[in-house]
Parts: sequence; C-alpha cells; structure tokens
Amino acid sequence: MKLIIAIVKPEKLTCVKQALVQANVGKMTVSNVIGCGAQGGHTESYRGAFTEVNLLDKVRFEIAVNDEFVQPAVEAIIKGARTGKIGDGKIFVVPLEECIQVRTGQTGPEAVG
Amino acid sequence: MKRFIGITLMMFCLLLAAAAPTLAAETPGSTTPALGQAAAPAPAVAPAPDAPVTQKAFDEMRSSLQVGIDTLWVLIAAFLVFFMNLGFAMVESGLCRAKNTVNILAKNFIVFAIASVSFWFIGWGLMFGDGNAFMGLKGLFFAAGADNSPAIGEAYQGVYSAINWTGVPLWAKFFFQLVFAGTAATIVSGVVAERIKFPAFILFSFILVGILYPITGHWIWGGGFLASLGMFDFAGSTVVHSVGGWAALAGVILLGSRTGKFRADGSVNPIFGHSMSLVTLGGLILWFGWFGFNPGSTMGVGDGSAIAHIAVTTNTAAAMAILGSTLVSWLIQKKPDLTMIVNGALAGLVAITAPCAFVGVGSAAIIGLVAGILVVLAVVTFDKLKLDDPVGALSVHLVNGIFGTLAVGLFAQDGITGTATGNGLFFGGGVTLLAAQAAGVLAVGAFTFTVSFAVWSAIKAFIGLRVSTEEEISGLDLGEHGTKAYPDFQGFLTK
Repeated sequence: MKLIIAIVKPEKLTCVKQALVQANVGKMTVSNVIGCGAQGGHTESYRGAFTEVNLLDKVRFEIAVNDEFVQPAVEAIIKGARTGKIGDGKIFVVPLEECIQVRTGQTGPEAVG
Repeated sequence: MKRFIGITLMMFCLLLAAAAPTLAAETPGSTTPALGQAAAPAPAVAPAPDAPVTQKAFDEMRSSLQVGIDTLWVLIAAFLVFFMNLGFAMVESGLCRAKNTVNILAKNFIVFAIASVSFWFIGWGLMFGDGNAFMGLKGLFFAAGADNSPAIGEAYQGVYSAINWTGVPLWAKFFFQLVFAGTAATIVSGVVAERIKFPAFILFSFILVGILYPITGHWIWGGGFLASLGMFDFAGSTVVHSVGGWAALAGVILLGSRTGKFRADGSVNPIFGHSMSLVTLGGLILWFGWFGFNPGSTMGVGDGSAIAHIAVTTNTAAAMAILGSTLVSWLIQKKPDLTMIVNGALAGLVAITAPCAFVGVGSAAIIGLVAGILVVLAVVTFDKLKLDDPVGALSVHLVNGIFGTLAVGLFAQDGITGTATGNGLFFGGGVTLLAAQAAGVLAVGAFTFTVSFAVWSAIKAFIGLRVSTEEEISGLDLGEHGTKAYPDFQGFLTK
C-alpha cells in the first residue's frame, strides 16, 4: 500500500481528478496549500507599498492506493496536471503502513479499495 | 418618514420666523421671505397683532415652501438612488468569484465617478438641452446654460425647457438625473465581469454616460421624437435599464464568455458566486433604493397621492416577481435558487420602472409576476445562446426593461396619477400606446446596440477588451490591481 501526495496547480484540479477517475482511482482527499519551489513569485501592491509573494496557491491530493495502482495513478496525475511550465508541481510516493476503513473496521489492501 | 416631517416642520417654522417681520411691516410688495433670509436678524419690533397677510405675501411664502419641499423630496430620492450603487457592488461581487472581487468593486466604485464627471461635462446638456428631435444643442457643457429654475411652465426661461415642468432648482434636477445615469453605467459592469480589462471598461463608461445615454434619454425625457410619438417611460425602464442592457449585450458579444463557463459538449459549467450574503443584502439595498428611483421621478411632492401610489406599485411588482422567479426556479432546478430569488426581485423592479405611475396596483402585481417568470427563463436562454452573464444583468435589465416599457402599452390607465397617457390595451385604449412603446423599444435598442458595438469594437482594436487567460485564471484582482480581496483566506479550490 502506498500514499501518493501530489501538489499541483489549482486550475488543474478538475483535469487531475477526471484523469484519476478514468484510471480507476476514484478515492482521494484534496486540500488547499501554499508552497514554493522553482516557480518565482509575483508582486503584490497595497496602498503604495510592494511585496514579493512567493508562497503560491497550490492544491494537494492525498491518494491511498494498492501497489498495482501506483503507476496508473502517477501517470494520470501527470497527464492531468502537466502544463510544461515551471510550477506544475511534484508527486511523492510514500509507503503506507496501515489503512483502516471507519465504517466497517476493515484493514489492509481491501480497505484501500 | 418622521425625519421628513420633522425637517419640513422645522423649515415651516423658520419660514414663518423669516416672514414675521415682513408681515408686521405692512408694506405690500415686500421681498419674498426666501429661505436664505431666515438667518438674517429681524429688527426688534413686536409685530402688530392684527396685521393683515397680503395675498401676495402668502402666495410667495407658499410657493417658496413648495419649492423647498419638492427640492427636499427630489434630493432625498436622489440620495436613495445613489445608495443603489452599494447594492450593485454587493450583488455583482457576491455573484462572482473571490479572486475577482477587488476588480468588481473597483469598477463599481469608479463608474459613479465617471458618470458624475461625464454627465456634468456634456451628458446633461445633450439630454435636456433645447435642441432637435434627436439631441440637445444648447447649454451642452457643464450644465451652464441659461436657466431660471425653479420657475416652471410659462414662467421658465432657459435652455433646459424639457425639464421645466418640475419646480426645483437646476442643481436638484441635475443631481437627480445624474444618479440615474450612474445606474445605467453600472449595469454594464456586471455583465462583463471577471474578464474585462479595467481601462476598457473605464473608456466605455465615459462614452456611455456622456453620449449614448443622454441621446436616447433626450428622445424620451428631453423632448425628443419618442416623446412626441406618445411614448411614456416614467422612471426609465428603457432610458436607464434597457440602455445599460443593450450596451452590455454588445460588449459581451465581443468579449466572449469566461474560460471554463461552457464545457466541450456545450453544457453549462456553473461558476459559483463567492458570497450569497452579499448578494442578498445587495438585493435588499437595491429594492430600498428603488423607492427613490420610482416615486422620486415625480420630482415633486404634490399632494402626496402620486408618490404613495408609485411606492406601492413598485413594491407590489417586486414582491410578485420574487414569487414568480422562486416558483420557476424551483420547477427548473428542483430546489429554489437564492440568486434567482434575488434576480426576481430586481426584475420586477425594472419591469415596473416604466409603468409605475401609469398603472394600478393590481396591474403592477401582474407585471411583477410576469417579470419574475421572464428573468429565470432569460437566464437559462442566455446561457443556451452562449452569452455568459455572470450576474444575470441582461435578464434583469435588458429583458425586463423591454417588458416594462411594453407593459405601459398594456396596462396603462389614463390619468391614474395625473398623467394623460391614454389607456393601454387591456383598458380599452387599443394598440396606440403599445405601438408607441414598441417604437421606443426598437429605436433605443437599435441605436444603443449598434453604437455600443462600434465603441466596444474600437476599444477592442486599440487596447483590447479581455485580459489574458492566465490572468483570468489567477484572478483579476492580482492582474489588474495587484491586490487580493481576501489575502488572509485560503479558498482557491477551483473545482
């Protein structure tokens, strides 16, 4: 079992989700995050003063998958999120020790679904 | 209301105080105790208890008081219409996304400034200056033409004869008409929201309020050819609302719809507004302001019966329209949509704007109900036509501006509040009035749409109308203004 954490551009949310669903990965958690990487920031101004903002809005997916779904899921995310420009994001694949379904109490790969 | 009575009583007392020395002096033909003289100290002479009041002095005092009361009414109504700008800002920003809020608020705020300046510069003159059937030609600039307002009718001497029927000072007339012009301009900002370039909007607004609005306004309120034809538009369903609507329609055709509004298969992707609280409060503010918009257009208190009648027709139409729009939205969407409820109220108010002084309360109820039904159907239709209107302004102002104008031809009752309009179709007047109304709708529509289209096209060619797609996605707040509206909130999921 693996946990895929993907940071992508917010406007790519719908594309990534659709691509994941098409790859048969339908369960995920999505949250708002801000972060920085290679993408430069932008300048904001307020009442005569300027500031550089380089913590940029991103969206984070957390997807628990069984091992055989890791490759399809990663490919789907890349297909949905890639624009070719700096700031497309990153995907982390971390080992998942245990997964328990709240409703049934089931554990393990069956619980991942 | 209490304040109004209180202020009037206070003024009456001040006037008597100023008149007292004049009455005591017993000289016929003494100077008019104008309000300005109330401050001048009278000689310390006790007035003779049996001093007779001359008819002339009484008439002068009464006429001065009349002017004062009428001016008070016109200005307070104008302040209410000004207050509608808050309503527009709230409805528009509430129906659009958070990332564009600064831009929408900026457009709404600056548009009134633009309207104030361009209407002062030339708008007033083109609209109300003496001229020909098409436009004003005298007293064009800075409302500086010869004028002896508040003189009315035969006694009026000046170049703004079209509006000499109301006995208030020139600046009261000017200010009242100015806030109406501002309302027309702000209609456009909602339809082009979320993708228009700020400078493009500013340029267009100057031209709309300075030239387009006054010209069509001249045709109907300025003594132009539509007035001669017998067309009636009491508070501006055509003059204000449909003009704003046509101008916006021309703009949105050239501007295109928002990115992501229509899916590849042509179906509509709903783009949610970010604050329903703002939309609702804005809707109520607009409703409140309309009580200046409609009853204020009498530009005089009279014996009070007209303004009371108009207040009730206005409110009744709004209420029935809400019921109509809620019902239709409930049927179409399976659940009643708050934004359609609010749009319904506004539609009813727009629709009753032309007929409010010419129809009975029962007719107002029917007009409102139809308006509420129309607005929901129009919203769906504009989406089907691929015309993206984020706030429904085309459905509210254009469609119901036209309907309200035609409704005069259907429901008018001759002289119901004193104006001889002739009877509408449903009251035995045949189609005469309806034909005049239809002619007005067509003339104003053809002119406004065509010229607006030309102006928008010119702006598009010179500076472009639309922001880049990247800017549209990251939000116009950053792109146009460099500031976010809600920098502390993290709410940027774009589903």
